[in-house]
Amino acid sequence: MDDKQQNTEESIVVDGLRKSYGDVDALRGIDFGVRSGEIVGFLGPNGAGKTTTMKILTGFMAATDGHARVAGFDVHRQSDQVRKKIGYLPENVPLYDEMLVYDYLRFIAEVQEVKRAHRDERIDAVAELTGIDAVMGRTISELSKGYRQRVGLAQAIIHEPEVIILDEPTTGLDPNQIVEIRDVITTIGQEKTIIFSTHIMQEVTAVCDRIIIIDDGELVADGTLDELEEKALEATPGVMVSFEGGDEEDLRNYLEGLGAVTGVVDVSGRQKTHKFRLLSDDISELRKAIIDGESRTPRGLLSLRAAEPTLEEIFRLYTAKNDDEQVDEEVDGEEEISAEAVDCQPVEKPEEVAGE
Amino acid sequence: MNKVFFVTKRELGSYFNSVVAYVVVILFLVITGSIFWLSYFDEVSVLSMRGFFNQAPLFLAFFAPAITMGLFATEKRSGTLELLMTMPISNFQIVMGKFFAAMILLAVVFAMTLPYPYTLSMLGALDWGAVFAGYAGLMLLGATYTAIGLMASSWTRDQVVAILTAFAICMFLYLIDQLVGQPTGTAAYIAEYASTSYHFRSIARGVIEARNVVYYLSVIGVCLVVTTLSIGARRW
Repeated sequence: MDDKQQNTEESIVVDGLRKSYGDVDALRGIDFGVRSGEIVGFLGPNGAGKTTTMKILTGFMAATDGHARVAGFDVHRQSDQVRKKIGYLPENVPLYDEMLVYDYLRFIAEVQEVKRAHRDERIDAVAELTGIDAVMGRTISELSKGYRQRVGLAQAIIHEPEVIILDEPTTGLDPNQIVEIRDVITTIGQEKTIIFSTHIMQEVTAVCDRIIIIDDGELVADGTLDELEEKALEATPGVMVSFEGGDEEDLRNYLEGLGAVTGVVDVSGRQKTHKFRLLSDDISELRKAIIDGESRTPRGLLSLRAAEPTLEEIFRLYTAKNDDEQVDEEVDGEEEISAEAVDCQPVEKPEEVAGE
Repeated sequence: MNKVFFVTKRELGSYFNSVVAYVVVILFLVITGSIFWLSYFDEVSVLSMRGFFNQAPLFLAFFAPAITMGLFATEKRSGTLELLMTMPISNFQIVMGKFFAAMILLAVVFAMTLPYPYTLSMLGALDWGAVFAGYAGLMLLGATYTAIGLMASSWTRDQVVAILTAFAICMFLYLIDQLVGQPTGTAAYIAEYASTSYHFRSIARGVIEARNVVYYLSVIGVCLVVTTLSIGARRW
């Protein structure tokens, strides 16, 4: 009975998921849930464990510890049922290069148990939705990257799965193609549960209801974009000020000298204007100080506003804890790349078996 | 069962869309054809396919792995196998689908050699029983080498490693009885029983014995099970 209830409310339930590759911990126990019909962006730096999580959700890979349920079924013990409920697009869009697009979709429809009478209808429907009508008769190896991605999306949705898992669906596309793929995802997402991973923050604002950020195998944030922005704002309160003209160094010294300022970050890029982000624990005091200063000696204050955290700042806030850790983090970054290499390389090369 | 058929159909389509299959088929026909032609003039007084059936197993040890080398290796490398394994199809169905595709290709190649016995039969009374037994033996041997090739292909992402591994195993099984020299004792008997060529010779003589068939079917069974377990281990 419990299963049924979960089925209607939570499409994906992840509970204390761990995964180790030998000595490397790719996932250190993550928990989250995705409600039916939600579009969730799964964010994290490269090597954070996004692909590993997705491989576990699809049932392709077994977790070292913890549980995951998709559409009400345990991904490990009830893999057969889970497989029927999911559509999956792996990271590098693996397709059979020598096949025609139509033949490929037909094969997937057959394996995905689309009824014979509906196969042609479904193939036409996904072709139209993903915009691949024009290339149905082409060999897959001739397709551009954008079209490959669409064919990959088409195969993921051809059997109308409940849950769609997309691993970096927009990587390597040009801006126009990215927008097109996003539109497709938004369209599909009107009816389906979608979880897709990316390391590009903008991606998620365009399509996602919710954002889950993981870093180094741990869940660091889970909420709507507004919630995350608010938290980021609380964590680094401050104001943005910009001045016209003047010497940058002087302005900086002046701002650092103001009472409530705890930090000055130079964000100026344009000529003749200088823009700073001022960190402070007491925003109203800071505003007062700036405006008072301006009335005494004009410095060409152009604007003064609350600093909204940029997407990058949110991302950095959650994935790089503080300045002291940033050096460590860069070293970690390299380790994480090797951790991701483990992701796609066998831990124990099968060739060795062959050589025996 | 349907899904095995879908996989077989897809693999056959891929065979005939790729150059490899054509190269393999043509080479096999050219080589066995010339051997048939040469042995035909060798023993003009005897009407038999002996020369062809004596040599074919040796070439099969190379051609079967050439047919199977990419079946898993390329799918592992490109990631299509990973995708396929998240779909509602069992590992065993995937393995059997690929096995049947390779077997059908081999059967087509063997069918293309049927003009040889037909030509001979026009010259006199050919022992069709022996010819039939020879072809049955070729199919059994081909299936065995195909299963070995499939197993080797499931161990690696590299086609070259796959074909060399499979070729090494096939050659070893082909030669093992000749390696022990004049057989005496239990060890020699075991070596003889483990040899693919020993069983093939006895079938090609025109007598299909249960022990020969059991030998081939067990090797095929073991290889296909190992292949299924190997892709189930998901180590790539």
